[in-house]
Amino acid sequence: MRAVRNVVTVFRREFAAYFTTPLAYVFLVVFLALAGALTFYIGNFFEREQADLEPFFTFHPWLYLFLIPAISMRLWAEERKTGTAELLLTLPISITEAVLGKFLAAWAFTAVALALTFPLWISVNVLGRPDNGVILAGYIGSFVMAGAFLAVSSCMSALTKNQVIAFVLACAVCFLFILSGTPMVLGFAQSWLPQVLIDAVASFSFLTHFNAIKKGVIDLRDVIFLASLITLFLYANVVAVDLKKSA
Amino acid sequence: MIEVQALTKHFGPIVAVDQVSFAVGRGEVLGFLGPNGAGKSTTMKMIAGFLTPTSGSAKVCGFDVLEQPIEVKTRIGYLPEGAPLYADMTPKSFLAFIASARGFGGQEAKRRIALAAEQTQILAVFDRPIDTLSKGYKRRVGLAQALLHDPEVLILDEPTDGLDPNQKHEVRTLIRRMAAEKTIVISTHLLDEVSAVCTRALVIAGGRLVIDATPAALEARSRLHNAISLRLAGLSLEEAERELATVPGVASVEALEREDAGIGLRLFAEAGQPIITEVSRFVHARGWAVEEIHVERGELDEVFREITTGRA
Repeated sequence: MRAVRNVVTVFRREFAAYFTTPLAYVFLVVFLALAGALTFYIGNFFEREQADLEPFFTFHPWLYLFLIPAISMRLWAEERKTGTAELLLTLPISITEAVLGKFLAAWAFTAVALALTFPLWISVNVLGRPDNGVILAGYIGSFVMAGAFLAVSSCMSALTKNQVIAFVLACAVCFLFILSGTPMVLGFAQSWLPQVLIDAVASFSFLTHFNAIKKGVIDLRDVIFLASLITLFLYANVVAVDLKKSA
Repeated sequence: MIEVQALTKHFGPIVAVDQVSFAVGRGEVLGFLGPNGAGKSTTMKMIAGFLTPTSGSAKVCGFDVLEQPIEVKTRIGYLPEGAPLYADMTPKSFLAFIASARGFGGQEAKRRIALAAEQTQILAVFDRPIDTLSKGYKRRVGLAQALLHDPEVLILDEPTDGLDPNQKHEVRTLIRRMAAEKTIVISTHLLDEVSAVCTRALVIAGGRLVIDATPAALEARSRLHNAISLRLAGLSLEEAERELATVPGVASVEALEREDAGIGLRLFAEAGQPIITEVSRFVHARGWAVEEIHVERGELDEVFREITTGRA
């Protein structure tokens, strides 16, 4: 089908583009180093004396908070800045196909980063007998959550020509999502917002949803939440690209 | 092939394009002329489907740009202003991407890429990253991308900008060669390009279409059209001016500044009508020594200035 072909074309270009600059390699090294450091030191991996990767997964939202905006800040901001958006959008490719292609490329890159943490999996299997199904579920859940972070960040990238602004905006919005259940985010509104809304906003929290995932539980509600969030922000991304053309 | 009706674009309070209408057919090369900020690029962006018009319509090969954008984009080869390209790709990988986006694969893609590269003469830099290329090469890569799928319609925003005279010549020759089978719209600041390449010129100023005429008709509007530039020897300036003013059809005579020998004069024609026959007969009858005689076709520069400074 033509649409799928177009998505693949954009995907391939974008994915290859990651690896032509040092950005990709720097990101991967930083991600892996941080993930390792957080797991073993802050996460007390050895002290816990449990054969699972929970300390590893616990930190994923915080890793993603900074690293996902870093890989997606250039998705649209750079195209608008260099003018290649005009080239891309006058090809017989719809905006939706372009948004999807770029998103999938960034998601695939995140998959590569996650896959490269396999030494941790090997380590925990050498040191003990973990439930590998639980660990696999954790990886899948983390991957889907990364998709949610990416959808948000990609949308922010479409709102500006400046990659730094895109990065900061993305971090800010992701931060709100991570902590939306806590007093930090809701505190100012708790006195006057109706309880229904407070509960609704609290239910958006990435942390809350990730709690189950990191234990290896794939709850349908969490999957639906993340999937709808991804869809919503991808749609917003399409709208943003369309509106920002005329700027 | 291209039909534009009352095309308008507002950017907030600014009216960038104001009710522009025109039609271009196969075999025509249309030149958009106009001062910077006149609305040329904006109009082209709307036809190419990048910007959404505020009102009005644009149809390419019968397809409406708003209603069937993909059909339109399939049939257009577009070179945007500034020839934006993906800097970290090589012309080879870039053209492969474009070929894929245009629906070509395998051998067909290779063939078309090779042809486009040959037509724009970029084979020498085919494997170098685009951001290391000179401006001229970048523009030619942009042109190659527009030609790759052999489209029926070409919309080229300043195609020879930044090219050296030889390259300009090559690109213009290429455009002229393709003109027979395609509909081509180019925008340019270079008035000699209009005469060299275009079959029709549209002058846009202040967002409005001011003139739609052939380059020849545009030249005819010039005060210099059919003027005679003369260099004579062996008589005084005053005598020559006095005598020549009496030739029928001559509206006025002006002296030209010259450092070399002889006196220089320019005779302006009444209503731009040809006066060369009368003048040469007159001069011959008087037995004057003519060192140089030249019929002016008209300065587009001057016409352009006159048309556009009234409106901007």
